[in-house]
Amino acid sequence: MDKLKLTLSLAFVAHILSAQSQSSGSGLLFYSIIGLCAILVVWAMLSLASNLMKIEANKYGIKSDNNNMSVFPGLRDFFKPRKPTYINGGSFHLLTKGHDIKLAGSADISLIEQTPVARFGIKPTDFHGMSPIPKVELEVGNDVKAGDVLFYDKKRPEIKYCSPVSGELVDVKRGEKRSIAEVVILADKEMKYKSVNVPNIDTSDRNTLIHFMAENGLWPMINERPFDVVPELDTIPVNIFISTFDTAPLAPDNNLIVKDNEAAFQTGLNVLGKLTSGKVHLGLDARGNSAPSSAFTDALGVEKHWFAGAHPAGNVGIHIHHVAPIKGLDKVWTLTVQEVITIGMMFLTGQYHAERVVALTGAELKTPKYVKTFQGANLGDLLAGNIMGDNVRIVSGDVLSGKQDTMDGFLSFRADQVTVLTEGDDFELFGWLLPLAPRPSLSGTIPSYGGKDYHFEANTNTHGEKRAFVVSGQYEEVLPMDIYPQHLMKAIITGNIEKMEGLGITELTEEDVALCEFACTSKNPLQSLLRQGLDTLKEQL
Amino acid sequence: MGLIDFLKRIEPDKKKSPLLHTAYDAFFTFAYAPDTVTKAGTHIKDGMDLKRLMVTVVIAMQLCYVFGTYNIGHQHFVAAGEYLGFIEGFHLKLAHGLIKLLPIYVVSMAVGLGIEFYFAAKKGHAVEEGYLVTGALIPLIMPPDIPLWILSLSIFFAVIIGKEAFGGTGMNIWNVALLARVFVFFAYPLTIAGDQVWISGFEKIGEGAAVNYSWWHTGFFNTIFESLGLATFDTTTTIVNGFSGATPLALAYEGGWEKVTNVFSENQMIWGAIPGSIGETNKVFILIGAAILLLTRVASWRIMAGMVLGLIGTTWILNALGSTPFMTVTWTQHLMMGSFLFAMAFMATDPVTASTTNRGKWIYGILIGFIGMLIRVMNPAYPEGWMLAILFLNTFAPTIDYFVIESNIKKRLSRA
Repeated sequence: MDKLKLTLSLAFVAHILSAQSQSSGSGLLFYSIIGLCAILVVWAMLSLASNLMKIEANKYGIKSDNNNMSVFPGLRDFFKPRKPTYINGGSFHLLTKGHDIKLAGSADISLIEQTPVARFGIKPTDFHGMSPIPKVELEVGNDVKAGDVLFYDKKRPEIKYCSPVSGELVDVKRGEKRSIAEVVILADKEMKYKSVNVPNIDTSDRNTLIHFMAENGLWPMINERPFDVVPELDTIPVNIFISTFDTAPLAPDNNLIVKDNEAAFQTGLNVLGKLTSGKVHLGLDARGNSAPSSAFTDALGVEKHWFAGAHPAGNVGIHIHHVAPIKGLDKVWTLTVQEVITIGMMFLTGQYHAERVVALTGAELKTPKYVKTFQGANLGDLLAGNIMGDNVRIVSGDVLSGKQDTMDGFLSFRADQVTVLTEGDDFELFGWLLPLAPRPSLSGTIPSYGGKDYHFEANTNTHGEKRAFVVSGQYEEVLPMDIYPQHLMKAIITGNIEKMEGLGITELTEEDVALCEFACTSKNPLQSLLRQGLDTLKEQL
Repeated sequence: MGLIDFLKRIEPDKKKSPLLHTAYDAFFTFAYAPDTVTKAGTHIKDGMDLKRLMVTVVIAMQLCYVFGTYNIGHQHFVAAGEYLGFIEGFHLKLAHGLIKLLPIYVVSMAVGLGIEFYFAAKKGHAVEEGYLVTGALIPLIMPPDIPLWILSLSIFFAVIIGKEAFGGTGMNIWNVALLARVFVFFAYPLTIAGDQVWISGFEKIGEGAAVNYSWWHTGFFNTIFESLGLATFDTTTTIVNGFSGATPLALAYEGGWEKVTNVFSENQMIWGAIPGSIGETNKVFILIGAAILLLTRVASWRIMAGMVLGLIGTTWILNALGSTPFMTVTWTQHLMMGSFLFAMAFMATDPVTASTTNRGKWIYGILIGFIGMLIRVMNPAYPEGWMLAILFLNTFAPTIDYFVIESNIKKRLSRA
């Protein structure tokens, strides 16, 4: 191949030379073509050498995907930080797109408190596709133990949703059209756990494990992509993905969460390994100077993938895209670290341990900190006495894709973070032209206040009104995926299902496009648009 | 907050007088960023919005405005053979420039925004900011002597047919400012083409032609200048012998770079003291504008780089052919003439009408460079190609995107 190139380019030079000898045309053109040919010849020789190097490397069994075995330095070798030295196996992905929104009010790693929380609530609305009135097993006033069944979806009675704490069922709150919004439990001071006999992970077949998990409230821990639903019992996922780090603004540190739960985490991974036809993939944090917790780095029976880069590098959707992208309507399961631990704890102890370490964050908190509590903790109890202003917004989750809630509300099922920030409901004189108060932005037109490490006290103002799509290429800058978000959104708006699928809607969920929505100059609601598209697609199946 | 209370009190009723309310809303949101907060979705939003985006482009072209105004006056006096030094007769040149430019600007804004306000009220949405840029671009790409009624008509056509018919800002297919210019070009070719149109303030362009001064020259400014003891506009001035009014491109078409440099020096062309459309002569100030757009990442560097590559590549091909004098002009010389840089910085980079995919932007830019050069060099009727090239590629931008998108879809399907 290279020889052919060489001969061709030589022939080309000869041709040009003979052509030039007849007519004395423009000198510049002549010399530039000669120069071009010289470059071509050198390049051909170098690429020949490069290929020989690769062949040689192959002989010695060096994989060429992760090691640059060519004589050409890769672009990365010049501009990008090298692979961190603590990586001990597994693939390494350096993501160049994305953006970290630096906000004030991050939780202090050294502050972990046991906050007394009286009430806990599990919300059926946290689960996409659940029928509006699930069957509540108990009456108000009944006592429950941690792990007792609270409710189930009448369409799928075998999948049980369990109580995270023991105590008394005090309320079944109704929402619109008598749908059930919250099932509320007044917690005991001392937790009482329901004990069950656990099947042996190694000797039990897949079916036994699945039914055990469904019966004991572990099944809803699993999130199925596409569509973000609790999976059917008979689906076999292509792969299972677990992200061990969260890059969202003010996100909690998973190293802290997994501390003292290393065995449970590994047990959870072992269980999950039995459920998939493919592999369990672990996404690991390669951003820092030191390695993440050994629970992650030394996990067994999993395939490890290291990711470095800005948010959304920690999103599990990004990991899936770079490791084993969802093909068509393939089912892939995702879990968070705390959910894996809950599954592991059940298999270790026979009890439903829905303990959660939750980061209380945001600039409106007096002391941002971590608290140890349970799934569905009451936000008012968590935040009592810790909020500074009056006009604040409480978000169950992070500022990009969390849910707005009140002091009466409860943590979302999967939330491990609460963010409290200022409401921005005031008029700003020439706010668009002269932004005097610092605000996070990706735009080059907004001066960067206080340099790279400035932490913003962002508020909830929209900073502008909604407009049609005008700017292009903006979403691609912050989404490290081979996807055209703007064209996908347009396909959703026009209801073009074939195009939605073609452009990769099944690879995305709300949290993946959240940063695009933040950056959008035209203030378009991308997350709700995406959900609308996913719903349309789901109806067609 | 006294001002805001006052503004809130005078808010017109939306139902009773929608047009008034639309206008009020446009000015109110101009003065105050609204108090809306995020609902579903992200709880915080980027400080950037469309108003800020548009005003950045307008700021980037301000130097072109300042220079363009003065150059109108300068070219007028050069034609008359007076005040040949660039800063000689400063007050007269500035006054003449303002007399020519301000009406164009006012008409552009009044007609365009009037239509925008009307449609916004009719459709019941807020006034969109797109016309801020369009309305600022249109004066810069018109000849200084354009009759205001032709200008109004062209804006009327461009905004209604080119934009509102498609659904407003963000939906249009063609660059609205260029559509206004192309309307003038095809409907009233004599006002925008040839050697006759780039010098203002004369009855016609030809040796001995008399000046055509208005009341503003002889009444308003002359009174002021007399009272200050300065030189005044002289109504007996005529065009000096041997003056042709030809632009560098027209000269290059006739006799290549040699003929151009006989009339204009390279310095003159780079700094823009040459006849041409109002805002496109000063290459340095345009490059400063382009730098602002690139540094703030408002405009796509891919489109700009693509256009330059397209121009260089096409020039090399033409140089190699070399059959007319114009074909021997090198790419650096091409960059000094005509409106390539202006088109590159402000016209082709319009995000709505350009390709929207990153790969598409390269193709789009390179093709504009290629086609624009072909029109510039090969077309005998009209010695500048960027307007037509950009509008042509505007038409094909969706097609370019279609193929880029299809390849992404195919790639995804091939995984399955």
